[in-house]
Amino acid sequence: MKKAVKFSLFMLLAFSLVLAACGNNKSGGTTSTGSEGEGGKTGSDIKIGMVTDTGGVNDKSFNQTSWEALQALEKEQGIKVQYLQSTGEADYQPNLNKFVKGGYDLTWGIGFALEKALGEIATQNPDSNFAIIDAAVDAPNVESVLFSENEGAFLVGVIAGKMTKTNKIGFVGGAESPTIKKFEIGFKAGIEAVNPKAEFTALYASGFDKPDEGKAAASTLYNDGVDIIFQAAGGTGNGVFNEAQDRKGQGVWVIGVDKDQSIDFGNEITLTSMIKRVDVAIKTVSQQVIDGTFKGGTTTVLGLKEDGVGIADTSSANVPQEVLDEVQSYKEKIVSGEITVPTVK
Amino acid sequence: MNKFLKWFASDSFIVSLAAIFMGLLLGAVVMFIGGYNPITAYMALLQSVFGSLDGFGEALREMAPLVLTGLAVAFAFRAGMFNIGAAGQVLMGMTGASLIGIKVTGLPAIIHAPLAVIVGALFGGLWAALAGYIKAKRGVNEVITTIMLNWIALFLCNYIVRTFLLMPGSQRSLDVESSSWVSIGWLSEMMGNARVHWGILIAILASIFFYYFLWKTKQGFEIRAVGSNPEAARYAGINVNKNIVKAMFISGVLAGLAGAFETLGVFHYQSIYSSLPQYGFNGIAVALLGMTHPFGVLAGAGLFGMLTYGASGMSFEAGVPSEIIQIVIGSIIFFIAAQGIVRFILKPVYKRKKEKVL
Repeated sequence: MKKAVKFSLFMLLAFSLVLAACGNNKSGGTTSTGSEGEGGKTGSDIKIGMVTDTGGVNDKSFNQTSWEALQALEKEQGIKVQYLQSTGEADYQPNLNKFVKGGYDLTWGIGFALEKALGEIATQNPDSNFAIIDAAVDAPNVESVLFSENEGAFLVGVIAGKMTKTNKIGFVGGAESPTIKKFEIGFKAGIEAVNPKAEFTALYASGFDKPDEGKAAASTLYNDGVDIIFQAAGGTGNGVFNEAQDRKGQGVWVIGVDKDQSIDFGNEITLTSMIKRVDVAIKTVSQQVIDGTFKGGTTTVLGLKEDGVGIADTSSANVPQEVLDEVQSYKEKIVSGEITVPTVK
Repeated sequence: MNKFLKWFASDSFIVSLAAIFMGLLLGAVVMFIGGYNPITAYMALLQSVFGSLDGFGEALREMAPLVLTGLAVAFAFRAGMFNIGAAGQVLMGMTGASLIGIKVTGLPAIIHAPLAVIVGALFGGLWAALAGYIKAKRGVNEVITTIMLNWIALFLCNYIVRTFLLMPGSQRSLDVESSSWVSIGWLSEMMGNARVHWGILIAILASIFFYYFLWKTKQGFEIRAVGSNPEAARYAGINVNKNIVKAMFISGVLAGLAGAFETLGVFHYQSIYSSLPQYGFNGIAVALLGMTHPFGVLAGAGLFGMLTYGASGMSFEAGVPSEIIQIVIGSIIFFIAAQGIVRFILKPVYKRKKEKVL
């Protein structure tokens, strides 16, 4: 028995040495940690933090986009950035509080789920600055940023209406919330503008972290003869892409959301993506803090006019030029106010 | 006093302690592999829980539902049943509390708040009793029914919130009337706005009730007898079916309380949930960690709450991803469940002890 103990101790030692070697290699190369403050030695001691919603920082969607935008700012301006992930809705308040207590110059709340928590923390700490994406918080120290998702969705609706072969188009949303409804309604309006005969079906999952439901919804739609699905479902949308991948070569398409998803899922199934420039919003408001021009108390709405929404630059890979030209002309009409894209049915 | 000391020296206590230690150690190894310093990480974790009053208050807030769901699972376990449905019962408790908190108006706080808590607890209790009834009547395994009832509860509660209580244009209910709040305002203010509530006190009282009821009353004896050996209990003249339903009801009441206090004490509204609340399942781990003893559950929930709440502090101060804590928690549960490994490692220690005694 003693031998066995000795042997296992020896193995443990050997194992940990090997692991230690791995550890050293890793810590030298990658930079995937939350705090990278030591990197920027250039003067500025501005600190900006962000609190994710329950999707987490690697959601391939707006939490990730926001964090990447902050990281870019860190590189350019030498500020200190930091994020905290929320595992449940109870985490929002303490996480926001950590940044306040840490003396951060600006704290971002990412997503409408943080609306109430951020509102309360902002009232309790009137001397700290906050900003929130996708929700309007009425407090003098909060800058709110909203997007006209319906306008961006209208453009991809035009593409879908022009490109469908089966004349059936689908939509998968993450939750029946007002924000996601805006995607659906704009998308539908875009289809109807160019192809009034197309059949349109919308399905909703029960959350943004349900790829299995996304896959099931996509499967239902594709089986019904739908050939293009627009997903606005965060992590759930990954399931839609997954289903399309399984049917590769059967002429099925997915329209991505928030960022250029052809980068993650490839051009064979990603027709185009509706971009929501969360990164622009993050950079603009954060820059105000860095420059000392941050005011707060206002709500900014970013639409096509402000380049807050749009379609991916890589769309030309799958979308023919004449369709893109049409998209461009619709874009101009929306910007000039000739067309108003509905937000509610 | 002697009895108390004995409990500390007992085998199960030492094994639990060793399992916790080994879990923390494994977490440290993982951090080390990732290129982080485990000592600064653990220090940051402790700092965020004990370093400030509001941190401590929030950690207590995190612990309260864990104590209650842990007790819920442990209670059913003592009656020989495995209640996996604490998550669903928590949701039912939330919904019961929100219904009373939002729909009933004009009551003074002294009546409104307790009423909302009691209705929440009853909702949870009846939901669990349903599984108990099916088991007593038809012999259907409660593991299966409670899991199924979890999902029914999730969608039923979401339906209720969406149809009757919805705050227009959002994914949550209206705010509950302030007369139904169970927050402790003055203490909150003192603790830097940490969301402390009466549920913390009730959770401790519940664990004392648990102990008293099971070990000091006749009814508790009956439930334990059914748990140990239903056939023998039946032979001794105990109504087994009645006790199964009763045990599940009390278990559900405990879980329902957790939900009611979350709504009335922490959020003051109810969200439309996309998945079952985590602390329903963490209750199982807490009960295991506490060896299904009420005071063990209290300690287990304390540890769990500390780890889960401190995780964000760890990521804030030391830059360690908070997922690492999940590894620590996971390995603690693993070592508790796989006690053979712990005993094997502890063997040399035990041997020396025996030699000393000799």
